[in-house]
Amino acid sequence: MTEIGLPPINYGAITPMLILFGASCVGVFVEAFVPKAQRHLVQLVLSLGAITAALVTVVWQADTRTVTAGGAIAIDGPTLFLQGAILVLGVVSILLIGERSLERGGPFVAQAAIVVGSDADRNQTVRQPGATDIYPLSLFALTGMLLFVAANDLLTMFIGLEVLSLPLYLMCALARRRRLLSQEAALKYFMLGAYASAFFLFGLALVYGFTAGTPSGSGDNGGGVDFATIAAAVRNSEVSPALLYAGIALIAVGLLFKAAAAPFHVWTPDVYQGAPTPVTGFMAACTKVAAFGALLRVLHVAFGGASWAYTPVLGAVAALTMLVGAVLAVTQTDIKRLLAYSSVANAGYLLVGALAVNKQGLASTMFYLVAYGFTVLAGFAVVTLVRDADGEATHLSRWAGLGRRSPLFAGVFTFILLAFAGIPVTSGFTSKFAVFGAASGAGHTWLVVVGVLSSMILAFPYLRVVVMMWLSEPGESTPSVLVPGGLTAAALTIGVAATLVLGVAPESLLDLTNRAAEFVP
Amino acid sequence: MQYAPATGLLSTMWLLVAIPLASAAVLLLLGRRADRWGHWLGVASVAASFVLGLTYFFQLRGLTNRSVELSMWQFIEVGSLKVDFGLLFDPLSGVFVLLITGVGSLIHLYAVGYMEHDPGRRRFFAYFNLFVAAMLLLVLGNNYVMLFFGWEGVGLASYLLISFWNHLPSAATAGKKAFLMNRVGDAGLLIAIFIMFATLGTTQFDEVFTHVGALTGGIVLMMGLLLLLGAAGKSGQFPLQAWLPDAMEGPTPVSALIHAATMVTAGVYLIARSNPIYSANPTLQTVVVSVGALTLLMGCIIGCAKDDIKRVLAWSTVSQIGYMFLGVGLGGGAYALAIVHLLAHGFFKANMFLGAGSVMHGMHDQTDIRRFGGLSKYMKITWLTFATGWLAILGLFPFSGFFSKEPIIVAAFARHGWTAWLYGGAALLGAGLTAFYMTRLFVLTFHGPKRWTDEIEHPHESPPVMTIPLILLAIGSVAAGGLMATSVPEWLTPVLGPQEEAHGVLSHTVLTVLATAVTVIGAGLAWALFRKGTAPQELPAGPVVTAARKNLYTDAFNEAVFEKPGIYLTRALVFLDGKVVDGGVNLLAAAVGGGSGRLRRLQTGFVRSYAMSVLAGALLVVAAFLALQMGWLA
Repeated sequence: MTEIGLPPINYGAITPMLILFGASCVGVFVEAFVPKAQRHLVQLVLSLGAITAALVTVVWQADTRTVTAGGAIAIDGPTLFLQGAILVLGVVSILLIGERSLERGGPFVAQAAIVVGSDADRNQTVRQPGATDIYPLSLFALTGMLLFVAANDLLTMFIGLEVLSLPLYLMCALARRRRLLSQEAALKYFMLGAYASAFFLFGLALVYGFTAGTPSGSGDNGGGVDFATIAAAVRNSEVSPALLYAGIALIAVGLLFKAAAAPFHVWTPDVYQGAPTPVTGFMAACTKVAAFGALLRVLHVAFGGASWAYTPVLGAVAALTMLVGAVLAVTQTDIKRLLAYSSVANAGYLLVGALAVNKQGLASTMFYLVAYGFTVLAGFAVVTLVRDADGEATHLSRWAGLGRRSPLFAGVFTFILLAFAGIPVTSGFTSKFAVFGAASGAGHTWLVVVGVLSSMILAFPYLRVVVMMWLSEPGESTPSVLVPGGLTAAALTIGVAATLVLGVAPESLLDLTNRAAEFVP
Repeated sequence: MQYAPATGLLSTMWLLVAIPLASAAVLLLLGRRADRWGHWLGVASVAASFVLGLTYFFQLRGLTNRSVELSMWQFIEVGSLKVDFGLLFDPLSGVFVLLITGVGSLIHLYAVGYMEHDPGRRRFFAYFNLFVAAMLLLVLGNNYVMLFFGWEGVGLASYLLISFWNHLPSAATAGKKAFLMNRVGDAGLLIAIFIMFATLGTTQFDEVFTHVGALTGGIVLMMGLLLLLGAAGKSGQFPLQAWLPDAMEGPTPVSALIHAATMVTAGVYLIARSNPIYSANPTLQTVVVSVGALTLLMGCIIGCAKDDIKRVLAWSTVSQIGYMFLGVGLGGGAYALAIVHLLAHGFFKANMFLGAGSVMHGMHDQTDIRRFGGLSKYMKITWLTFATGWLAILGLFPFSGFFSKEPIIVAAFARHGWTAWLYGGAALLGAGLTAFYMTRLFVLTFHGPKRWTDEIEHPHESPPVMTIPLILLAIGSVAAGGLMATSVPEWLTPVLGPQEEAHGVLSHTVLTVLATAVTVIGAGLAWALFRKGTAPQELPAGPVVTAARKNLYTDAFNEAVFEKPGIYLTRALVFLDGKVVDGGVNLLAAAVGGGSGRLRRLQTGFVRSYAMSVLAGALLVVAAFLALQMGWLA
């Protein structure tokens, strides 16, 4: 039995993760020791400060290209770009999470353990300020996401996956109103997430088996789960690839579940609808970046040598995802479910970009992730504003005639929907153009055809909302749009501005993605 | 062919176009605030252009290379297509500038009086100035794209002015008709320009004309025919003549300036400007000559049967432009003859249109010559000035037409073989018919018994603001032809080539006598027939007259061949769109919606079924991978 030594760790390279992890721990202590009245402000400042500090360190080491922690973590162009994207989108999400002026006490429950419908529950719904545990939870999730996109072996990746998922399950359960729906969503997400993690682990084991005997491996019999070993095994192994293929398939299932690709998307609408809207925005923006970041690394670095094998299968998944997302969006009646299916369809477009296993595909997918993240956060920010006495009015029929009531916000939401539909002058157009361009450059014309067809279908539900807002008469039940507090206004402004800027002048971000689009071996 | 760059005073020639354009913009933008003085601004801007034009003209006379070009900026630059915004002032555009601004100034002045009681007078002058600017751009452009720019501009102005009284359905319809028929011609011109660009890579006049010799006959023929289509559309020549008479729905000054003196001669200008293209292909020239001869006869015949004073004049315009087309088609020295006739016609036809307007002004807007008669006593100036125009169009010595029309007849007889008799005969016959219908018009209007409608008691002469232009134009009608007959062809030599003596199947003297004879016979016959007046209503007549009254059934032909099938095609397309396209789209939408509804039911909300779905998906993915590995799918 050999002794296990601690591998050298380049702490400088993993500072962003350390900062966030430290800040989340401090956040837990804040919950314990700071008086209730000041907790919200302290947590908010702490979270924003920690994310900003992490972002600064990411920018600081923009040119770092290294593999550290015994090959477990790779800090390279894609890692740093995606970490930066997660952190920027994270800031915007925290702004939404921290908003307390729309509703007394904020959108989160004061004590999640109180039985729904009891007197105590009614009391806390209207009186008590929301619990602030949401901040450390968000920071833990963000830490996991940063690790997830930097992971350079399957085990570290699995740990990243769990670190990011567990806080998310909890966050989904924290809605102040419609708590049963929220708790149900959290439970479903947890159960299905655990289930999907099992697939990932099983795939990991199979791939490990496949790599047995590879000389560069560090395991007992020469195998290993770090990507370099897997890549070498994929290239050189003389073993039957059945294990490899089954392993890729199961690992892909685990990742595609998080990315919400069909048919592993089934949790998405229920969870998106039930979770508090700021958390939904957080999941739609940041989790998507993390999931696709990990998927990109696995597909490019570990299994790049087998791309001929997985491309047709995952291509079929991408096509199915786009079509299912688009077709199901057509008949939705709830704005959050509609955006959930739109998120599914967008996972399909991202997969189209990710399957172009080359520099262009990588760059365009990363661009898409950022563009989509900003737009979807702005979209959910508007959803938090349309309210009546019972909280958010998410049923679409309630949005009829909103253009008369509040032309400004209806106009903003129209712009966001047009961006989702991929109309020029919005980032939706430039990003779709980029991924479809990469896909056709890689020879996946059929995916582009399916993508364009599904975009056409998907334009219908978006435009239906636009028509409803502007061309219907406002009814008795049309809710009002609240004037957003400073935080939501900031988040909304950032999201809309980014959508416009990336649609009109995408060159600088495209340059950045192109420079970042190279994995370390 | 080489154009010299503009220097000195000539480098300001853009002002010619800019001044009326600026005036139009001011009148349109200021709106009602310009109502009180707007018309005088309109007159002044055109008069200023006339003075400038004269100055440039005399500048040009002092130069040795009398083709001066001013390149202002790169207008279009796409790939190898480069189009300059450039102007060309040469002898040909020079005479056009003088005609447009000179006659234009007089007609603008006249319109101040004619439109006095019209609430839209400012708007009228704005459009009128717009027309002058566009027309000047048309004749001043140094490439075909600039020409097309002006060409479309005059088309727009013409449309706006024909339907100026758009509350009258007939005026609105006439405007649309003119616009649509012009589109047909414009498409021809446009395609010709495309061909130029495709084969020569340029649209500059000098470059096109230098290289046209290198093209194959087929290309030149195609290009020339398409240019001819454009010219025929703008100039109201067969087969696109039907819009011009209807265009008389516009105010009379419009008819005088646009639809008699200037715009409708743009086709003649186009062919004269493109003379190297037409001279390069004899077949092309024959086509142009045929169009001209056919149209001039059609115009005469229909003109004999019309009772509306402006329509008679309109058909006479169609017919006279036919003479010009005949001239430019004959080629060689006849190009210049056609231009001389164009200039002379500009004077006497404008004179007669304004005279007609003056008559209508005094007769409560009556236009039916059957309801005129004996006006010579009441409208002395109008009568006398109209008489000069009438004598000029007849072509009697020493009036304009004698010096401008008769040489074209001589040139037609100078063709080879039997075609000399065909085209010369047509031109000669046309002269006799012209004499007949113009005399009919003149006699029925100014002489014979009064056949006025009841409400008219004492027709009055028009105010001086209208009669002064009439007098000036009358002087032009008398003198212009004689003055221009030798000087203008010589002046135009650098553009159109040298004059040569025509030797035809009949000698010049014989033809002069013959032409004068048929004219006198035609006029005498009309005088004898209509000296005692005519019935106040149209009477039933034989097949020839009926056909002429119905425009020789050309409208019926257009309706049957183009309009009806067009309508049926539209209906078929609407049906196709409604049932097939929309049906298909609706079917697809229903399919998507139905599919969505079915799929939605799979979303049960139960974790167990979700887990089932994930498991099934995972199994499928694994199976697909393994199938791939076994080679089942690959």
